[in-house]
Amino acid sequence: MTTLLIADHDNRVLSDATARALSALGAIDDAVHVLVAGHQAGPVAAQAAKLQGVGRVLLADDEAFAHGLAEPVAALVLSLAGGYRVIAAPATSGGKDVLPRVAALLDVMQVSDVVRVVSPDTFERPIYAGNAVAVVQSTDEKTLLTIRTSAFSAAGVGDAAAPVEAVGVPEGDWRARFAGETLSSSDRPDLASARIVVSGGRALGSAEKFQEVLGPLAQRLHAAIGASRAAVDAGYAANDLQVGQTGKVVAPDLYIALGISGAIQHLAGMKDSKVIVAINKDEDAPIFQVADYGIVGDLFEIVPELEKALG
Amino acid sequence: MKTILVPVKMVLDSNARPRVRTDESGIDLSGMRMAINPFCEIAVEEALRLKEAGLAEEVVVVSIGPVKAQDTLRQALAMGADRATLIQTDETVEPLAVAKLLRAVVGEEQPDLVILGKQAIDDDCNQTGQMLAALLGWPQATFASAVRFVDGRLLVTREIDAGLQTLSLPLPAVVTSDLRLNEPRHCALPNIMKARKKPLKIGTPADYGVEIDRRLKILAVRPPAGRKPGIRVATASELVGDLRAAGLV
Ligand SMILES: Cc1cc2nc3c(=O)[nH]c(=O)nc-3n(C[C@H](O)[C@H](O)[C@H](O)COP(=O)(O)OP(=O)(O)OC[C@H]3O[C@@H](n4cnc5c(N)ncnc54)[C@H](O)[C@@H]3O)c2cc1C
Ligand SMILES: Nc1ncnc2c1ncn2[C@@H]1O[C@H](COP(=O)(O)O)[C@@H](O)[C@H]1O
Repeated sequence: MTTLLIADHDNRVLSDATARALSALGAIDDAVHVLVAGHQAGPVAAQAAKLQGVGRVLLADDEAFAHGLAEPVAALVLSLAGGYRVIAAPATSGGKDVLPRVAALLDVMQVSDVVRVVSPDTFERPIYAGNAVAVVQSTDEKTLLTIRTSAFSAAGVGDAAAPVEAVGVPEGDWRARFAGETLSSSDRPDLASARIVVSGGRALGSAEKFQEVLGPLAQRLHAAIGASRAAVDAGYAANDLQVGQTGKVVAPDLYIALGISGAIQHLAGMKDSKVIVAINKDEDAPIFQVADYGIVGDLFEIVPELEKALG
Repeated sequence: MKTILVPVKMVLDSNARPRVRTDESGIDLSGMRMAINPFCEIAVEEALRLKEAGLAEEVVVVSIGPVKAQDTLRQALAMGADRATLIQTDETVEPLAVAKLLRAVVGEEQPDLVILGKQAIDDDCNQTGQMLAALLGWPQATFASAVRFVDGRLLVTREIDAGLQTLSLPLPAVVTSDLRLNEPRHCALPNIMKARKKPLKIGTPADYGVEIDRRLKILAVRPPAGRKPGIRVATASELVGDLRAAGLV
C-alpha cells in the first residue's frame, strides 16, 4: 500500500509535526513517501529522508511553493495522487488548508484529525470538542487524512537515508498571492512539541502580567507557553499560543494551567496531557475535574512560591 | 461586490454538553438547544460589515439541514442578512456533499465572495470552505482574522501556526473565518420581527442535483477516555515534591 505524506516545514527545518504524522502512518505503510513542496527546501528533504519509516522523499522545489499556499500545493499533490492509496498531512494550519482542497478534487471525503489508526481504512477522531470520539470508516477509493500530531510520538531518525527524487511542478495560474507575514519569534520551545507547557488565562489580567508571571516559570521548566482564548482575545498572548478546540492541541508530559477555568473548548486542546496541574482560586472551576494536581488559591501568590520550591 | 454568500450551519449550542448515545450510534440531540455555529455567526457579521461599508450590495445566507435550521437562518436575517435559502434534509450531510450543494448555490446566486466558518463545532471537520474553493476553482484564504477590500482585491490576514500571514486575492474568492475576525452583533428585537418578513426559500438536495451519499461510515461514537481522579495539594512545595517524585521536573 503506498502512502504519501505532505511534509510541514518552513523551507529550512522539517517540523516535528511531520515526524509525528509519519509514526501514525506506520500502522498502514512502512515505507511512506514524503512530499516536500517548498522553495530552496533541499535541507528539509534531507531531514525527511533520515526519518524511520520513509521509503522515498519527493522534492518539489519552486518559488510557487515558498509559502505553502493552498492552490499550488493542492495542484501538486493532485498531480501525484494517482500513485497513492492514502494521502495524509499533519493537522497543522498548512495541512488543514491544503488537504481538503485535494480531497474535493479527488471526490474523496477527508477524515480530519485522526487520533488513532484502527486499520488502513478505519480511524478514530474526536468530535464535539473532544466530548466524543467517532470511529469512522472511509469508503472512498482513496483515503485522505489529517493527523492530530499530539496523539502520536515522533518517528525516530535512522542510519540510512531514503532516496530524494525531484518531482515536476504543475503549471498553473495561482490567484492568491502572498502579501506578508508576522511570525512570532520566541526563545521558548515549540508549543506543539514541548515536554512541558505552562498556560495562562484571563486571570493574568494584562500582557505585562502574563509575561511577568509565566515567563520566568516557563524559563525555569524549559517549558513552552500557552494561553486560553480569553487571554489571547484580551491581547495578553499571541494568537498562535491559543490552546483548545480551535487553537493548538497539545499533549505534553506536564501541562500547568494558571487562572484558566477549564471551559470544554480549552480542555479539548490539553486534556490528553500526561499530567495536568491546575492553579485556580475557584475550587469549583471545571479545570480541576481533569487536573491530576490542583491548588486552590491565588496564582499571583502561588507561582512565586512554585519557582522558589523549584530552586 | 454585488453578492456575498454566507453558509451557516445549525449546531448544538456551544454551552451544552453533548450526550453520547449508550448504543454508540451517535450524539442524542433530542430536546437539546441548537444555535448558529459560532464561526458562521462571525462569517455573517463580516459579510454585513462589508455591506455596511458600501463594498457589497447584499448578503445571502444558506443552510443545509433539517426544517429547524430555519431558526438559524432567521437569526442571520435578524443580524441583517437580506435573503436566505434552506436546503432541507434530515440526513447528515458531510462536508464534501455540503461543498457540492454550495457550488450549486453559487451557480444560482453568482456571489463575488463566499465567507464560511473555519469549522463547525459539532463535526470539527474544518474542510467545507477549502472543498468549495477547490470545486469552484477559486482562490481561498482560510482562518481569517482580518479582511480588507482594497483596489478590487481582498487582503486577508490568516491565523497560522507560526503567527499571522497575509494573502491578497482577486475575486471571486472563498474566505473562512477564525474567532478573532470580529465580534458578532446582538440582534435587537425589532430586527428579529423584521427578519420574519425577509425572503426564505426552501429547496431539497435533489432540486440542486446533488447526491448527498455518505462516504464515511460511522462505526461507533463513544465518550472520550476519562482521566483518573486527581488530588488537591495545599502548597507549591508539596506540588513540586510530587512532580519531582514523578520525574516531571
Ligand atoms: C467556538 C468557540 C471556540 C473556542 N475555542 C477555544 C479554544 O480553542 N481555546 C480556549 O481556551 N477557549 C476557547 N473558547 C472559549 C472558552 O469557551 C472560554 O471562554 C475560555 O477558554 C475561557 O478562558 P479562561 O479560562 O482564561 O477565562 P475564564 O473562564 O474567565 O476563567 C478565568 C479563571 O481564572 C480564575 N482566576 C481569576 N483570578 C485568579 C487568580 N488571581 N488566581 C487563580 N485563579 C484566578 C477564575 O476563578 C476563573 O476560573 C472557545 C469558545 C467558543 C464559543
Ligand atoms: N450543513 C451546512 N449548512 C451550511 N453551511 C455549512 C454546513 N456544513 C458546513 N457548513 C459551512 O462550512 C463551515 C465549516 O464546516 P466543517 O467543514 O464541517 O467544519 C461552517 O462553518 C459553515 O460555514
